[in-house]
Amino acid sequence: MSGWISSLFRRELQLATRAGGSALVGVLFFLAVVTVIPFGVGPDLNLLGRIGPAILWIGALLATLLGLDRLFQADRDDGSLDLLLMAGRPLELVVLIKCLAHWVATGLPLVAAAPVLAIFLNLEPVAIGAVTLTLLAGTPALTFIGAIGASLTVTLRRGGLLLAVLVVPLAIPVLIFGVSAADAAVSDPVPFLTPFLILCALTLIAGVIGPIASAAALRFSAD
Amino acid sequence: MPKLIVDDLTVDRGGRRVFAGLSFQLEAGHALVITGANGAGKSSLLRTLAGLVPPANGRMAFEGGDSDSTLAEHAHYFGHESAVKRALSVSSNLEFWRDFTRPVLPDGFAANAMAPMDILELLGIGHTADLPAAYLSAGQTRRLTLARLFVSPRPLWLMDEPTSALDAASEAQLIGLMNTHLKNGGMIVTATHTELTALSPVTALQLTAPAAGDHGGHGYDDDLEAFA
Repeated sequence: MSGWISSLFRRELQLATRAGGSALVGVLFFLAVVTVIPFGVGPDLNLLGRIGPAILWIGALLATLLGLDRLFQADRDDGSLDLLLMAGRPLELVVLIKCLAHWVATGLPLVAAAPVLAIFLNLEPVAIGAVTLTLLAGTPALTFIGAIGASLTVTLRRGGLLLAVLVVPLAIPVLIFGVSAADAAVSDPVPFLTPFLILCALTLIAGVIGPIASAAALRFSAD
Repeated sequence: MPKLIVDDLTVDRGGRRVFAGLSFQLEAGHALVITGANGAGKSSLLRTLAGLVPPANGRMAFEGGDSDSTLAEHAHYFGHESAVKRALSVSSNLEFWRDFTRPVLPDGFAANAMAPMDILELLGIGHTADLPAAYLSAGQTRRLTLARLFVSPRPLWLMDEPTSALDAASEAQLIGLMNTHLKNGGMIVTATHTELTALSPVTALQLTAPAAGDHGGHGYDDDLEAFA
């Protein structure tokens, strides 16, 4: 009975990784953002090590935003969105599956690239582990929150910029707790687990609110 | 017997009244052909029936159907856009829609789901099954879109200019397939510029563009000879 779920997931994954998909572009953009920072900040290794987790998180946030505008717009452009709405499947679940596939295609590569890029920023091994773990727990929240923006701007031709403006404020809590958990792993007196668990909670909340809000927006966009 | 009922339907789009007070009934095994000039509201009517445009007023219902499904879920929408992903192969495009679209088979509708390869062969694009859909011509893409209607049966077909981009032979084949659908107890609501005379039994509905300052009018023609 759940054959359609795996079918949708596989299709989204294929579309994201084949020509015209945004999977690899996100990682390259992440690389560009992270490598350009040391040139701007200067060759102060201690400073880079201190702000490294924040740079990685901001880089991941921007790279996630980059691919999100096509999440529903590609389907709208070729008429698939109409059929997704008519298919008789729960739209919230459809959005959730699309978000998960999008995260696997674009978010997971960012998490995988983070340890390598962390070396560029002179992060300690503990900090590298911590920032990778927080990105793994936190980037799904960015995708879920971004899905709301993507469905609100689906009717706009060039909605990418508006999407960023809508999504960035909502992503700030995720950024705060992601970076503070990564920092806490290095600076001893603060516990790592407290901000990390809040980060996990934010991802779970976004995983519920994102698909519901996004599905509601899509239902009104069909005109 | 399933029945499509539209009662006093009014549709506004972009703040403009497209048509008002439209009523008709369509019984199983019947086709409704909507004609009218550009902008008369043919596509708007189809999109409203498909649940994609909310009506400003009025009632539409699919009676005698599956009680768990809405009107839109009884329908296949065959519009101008292909819903074909160019990066995926022809067969995986079709297999996705087979898996994703929930088939709805109310009593009195006796169609069988076709295997993706069978319908592709029937429509003459079986040899392209493993090609990326980007390599298809416009007419072949259209046929791939059409194939979607057969892999997951639903009783009501909403077809917007179904014959566009098809050559004469494919057009004749399409008419044949539409007639088979009607024989199986299906229904078709189709918008067209050209006259679809070969469908039977058929009812005609003429939409007229609203005059300036006036709301939309329409003429309802029950005469089967209208296109003869």
